[in-house]
Amino acid sequence: MTLEDLNEVAEKELARQQALKNRVLYCSAAGCVSCGSEATRDAFKASLKEKGLEKEIEVIGSGCMGLCGEGPLVKIASDDTLYQNVDEDAAQKIVRQHLLDGKKVENNALDPANPFFSSQLKIVLENFGRINAERIEEYIAVDGYEALAKALTEMKPDEVIDEIRKSGLRGRGGAGYPTGLKWGIVRKAASDQKYVICNADEGDPGAFMDRSVLEGDPHRILEGMAIAAYAVGANQGYIYIRAEYPLAIERLRLAIKQAERLGLLGNRIFESQFNFRIDLRIGAGAFVCGEETALIRSIEGRRGSPKPRPPYPSEKGLFGAPTLLNNVETYANVAPIINRGSAWFAAIGTPKSTGTKVFALAGKIKNTGLIEVPMGIPLRTVIFDIGGGTPEGTEFKAAQTGGPSGGCIPNDHLDLPVDYESLATVGSIMGSGGMIVMDSESKMVDVAKYFMEFCADESCGKCVPCRVGTKHIYLLLDKISKGNATADDVALLEELCEMVKDTSLCGLGQSAPNPVLSTLRFFRHEYEELLKPVETYIPSDVHE
Amino acid sequence: MKPKVATVWLGGCSGCHMSFLDMDERLIELADKIELVYSPIADVKHFPKDVDVALVEGAVSNVENEEMARIIRRSSKFVLSFGDCATTGNVTAMRNQFSPDEIMHRAYVELADGDPTIPSEFTTIAKLLPQAKPLHEIIKVDAFLHGCPPTPDQIWFAISELLAGRTPELPNVYLRYG
Amino acid sequence: MAILTLTINGEQVSGKDDESLLQIARQHDIHIPTLCHLDGLSDVGACRLCLVEIEGQSKLFPACTTKPQEGMVVHTDTERLKRHRRTIVELLASEGNHQCAVCVVNNHCELQDLAYEVGLQYVRFPYLYPKKELDATHKSFVLDRNRCVLCTRCVRVCHEVEGAHTWDIAGRGIDCTIIADMNQPWGTSPSCTSCGKCVRVCPTGALFEKGQTVAEMEKQRDFLKYIVTARTKREWVAEATEE
Repeated sequence: MTLEDLNEVAEKELARQQALKNRVLYCSAAGCVSCGSEATRDAFKASLKEKGLEKEIEVIGSGCMGLCGEGPLVKIASDDTLYQNVDEDAAQKIVRQHLLDGKKVENNALDPANPFFSSQLKIVLENFGRINAERIEEYIAVDGYEALAKALTEMKPDEVIDEIRKSGLRGRGGAGYPTGLKWGIVRKAASDQKYVICNADEGDPGAFMDRSVLEGDPHRILEGMAIAAYAVGANQGYIYIRAEYPLAIERLRLAIKQAERLGLLGNRIFESQFNFRIDLRIGAGAFVCGEETALIRSIEGRRGSPKPRPPYPSEKGLFGAPTLLNNVETYANVAPIINRGSAWFAAIGTPKSTGTKVFALAGKIKNTGLIEVPMGIPLRTVIFDIGGGTPEGTEFKAAQTGGPSGGCIPNDHLDLPVDYESLATVGSIMGSGGMIVMDSESKMVDVAKYFMEFCADESCGKCVPCRVGTKHIYLLLDKISKGNATADDVALLEELCEMVKDTSLCGLGQSAPNPVLSTLRFFRHEYEELLKPVETYIPSDVHE
Repeated sequence: MKPKVATVWLGGCSGCHMSFLDMDERLIELADKIELVYSPIADVKHFPKDVDVALVEGAVSNVENEEMARIIRRSSKFVLSFGDCATTGNVTAMRNQFSPDEIMHRAYVELADGDPTIPSEFTTIAKLLPQAKPLHEIIKVDAFLHGCPPTPDQIWFAISELLAGRTPELPNVYLRYG
Repeated sequence: MAILTLTINGEQVSGKDDESLLQIARQHDIHIPTLCHLDGLSDVGACRLCLVEIEGQSKLFPACTTKPQEGMVVHTDTERLKRHRRTIVELLASEGNHQCAVCVVNNHCELQDLAYEVGLQYVRFPYLYPKKELDATHKSFVLDRNRCVLCTRCVRVCHEVEGAHTWDIAGRGIDCTIIADMNQPWGTSPSCTSCGKCVRVCPTGALFEKGQTVAEMEKQRDFLKYIVTARTKREWVAEATEE
């Protein structure tokens, strides 16, 4: 495969698409599939066949189109009309009215001027609703693998790293470590063998960003990993993905096979000296395996439990070799940065948090779904313009970011810009992108209890503070929520939270108390309302 | 007026009280200094009011223990958790691995010498709590005396401190479990 | 190998760059409490008792797995560390079923010693009273999981020194438990060599010899140093770390 070959594949695919009369892109991500998008697809196909249009109009599955709460979603390629709630009847109507007569079906059509769409900026999700995730040709037709070709044929590894560094890209898995810096460390590590790993063990409750990216645009991840491998000097990559994502696994398998067939993975890629292979490793459902050292042990075939750092994986990782470990969304940003340049990327967002961030909006909010916004966007815009606010008759109370490791952000901080540093100032974290909205009906002690139950359940059990401490935090919260606790219990709760945070071995334990500490900070009165007085000595002259 | 002291026997083996009696001749000295207002070794029906110090042996194991613990707390200025069962649950809490029904069946049916019958909770014995608990999980406790049982020296030290008006912060020489 | 100078609790000490802070501290008679650490076994940093403060770092570091750096200023006994250590011992006490009064290692137990060291007057958290299984199927030894603190010394000594890897951990979080081979009765384990090393390294009464009753069992753990030195230096002496 050469650059010319790649362009030929792209041209051939574009020609094929132009020869068609139209394209119907139905959402084939897990959310829409679960509300019946496959039946919608069949209805379109049947209806088109009936009209004799099955050769001229193709019906294809595409990535998540965002408004998951209103699925199945369908896009008509010729004029970019997006339809919501497309059941079988609506599908037939769209074929009759829109595809045959060119008139929109107003009942189902979404307004593109709606702030849900207009406030977003798509880089990671740019191909969603544009390409068929199961055909490499379509990815290549939208400039796919061009960044890899550019890196391999025009750039030295150090130049690639420099470009990533200048873009200001930071790890999208949660901690926000500068990506270019990490790549530089792995590049410098002296070793004959290095590895590149993609962390696709997305496990936060309510989060489905990485799953959507893998389902909707798997080649983008392979390309990002290949560029990273070239930059750091690795020849083997692993994608560690949870078994609960069967569709993403299926699409990744297909994508790897397609890329290998075209020589985009394998030996001497783009006729360079660079060889790179990617294998999948399927997780067995432990949340802690999203922690990098536990993930590495799991790939090695051992019990997924974390170990103390240093040494960091970038020095001594998989099988003892220097290992680059990034999250799905981080890799998804690599190809666009190489294609369009670091200056373009660095201009998006804020100076310290560049680019965009994908969020999974969930909870008490009108528009639940997958969104991508520039960093630094006010939280208010995300919740009220894009999310449409809380359901009728309720008021916004708090937004929870960062999942079980994050915190709750109350009303007074709605104008907070969404970036790494600002979220940290209110005791939350960016996290991997889960955003759960709570309204006036939500009880904050119960919210904290829910997350703590999750953390206690997912603790690997290796270190004492996390294994036993999270259990006791949960029990204390349970006691408080049931009205059996005193002020002494709240003091003990706070002390234990600080202790677990201070002493746990890995990030899971260190961040587990965050939901409790942040609700105590902003909603302490909700705890105090549930307390009862301490029973103690009553002098006999006071006895009834 | 001499300080009013009570000693109580909840879910324990009475070993802590035995150790109390093992203070031997020091008991005579103690009798001059305190008024023993309630104890398994004194014939008093109801726990009195305004007790200065209550020594509570045993875990809280049944509904009667639980009610008694609350009475003790309301009526006592200082509650001392007396021995390992009161402090940790200890041997009394070993039954927590089983349900109260299993325990009653084991004790009164499987191991019965004569007539295997589970006694009615309303007539002869108090109903077991789901789990035996250390005293401080039920009421607020002011200090702890460890050991199974605590030694006479430990008990003497604790009481002497209390009589001197100090909270007995037991030095580590007296900190011993088991 | 380089010799480094660092400060521990205000005292200037020197150590080798491949030693741990714990080794260096102990060579200078500076006591740091430990539980999962045992000389002769690899370190896992799991019990968190040996956490120390390093000036200029907000995080705490386990002395057993942290390497020294030139000029490092370490504190091993601050109020913050003492408070955390006490809580760790409380958490361990609440997690199992530790009835010292009826335990084979009463008065010879590392958990008990730790409770005394941190001055544990009582446990502020509710005791969990878990229902854990006892395995008495082995001809010579018993595993009573009620007394296990999950330090994994048995797992490591079996894997690293005996080479049998009979023991491992199953489950997660509070439900973690030590298992033999494929989670089967110890007495049926085909890999166990009945060497008894696991029994000797166990810090509590979780692993003990049959025929021992309350407070009878004292464990000798020095044997490990002899074995490790014999392997590495072909000498039957205890000092594994000295030149």
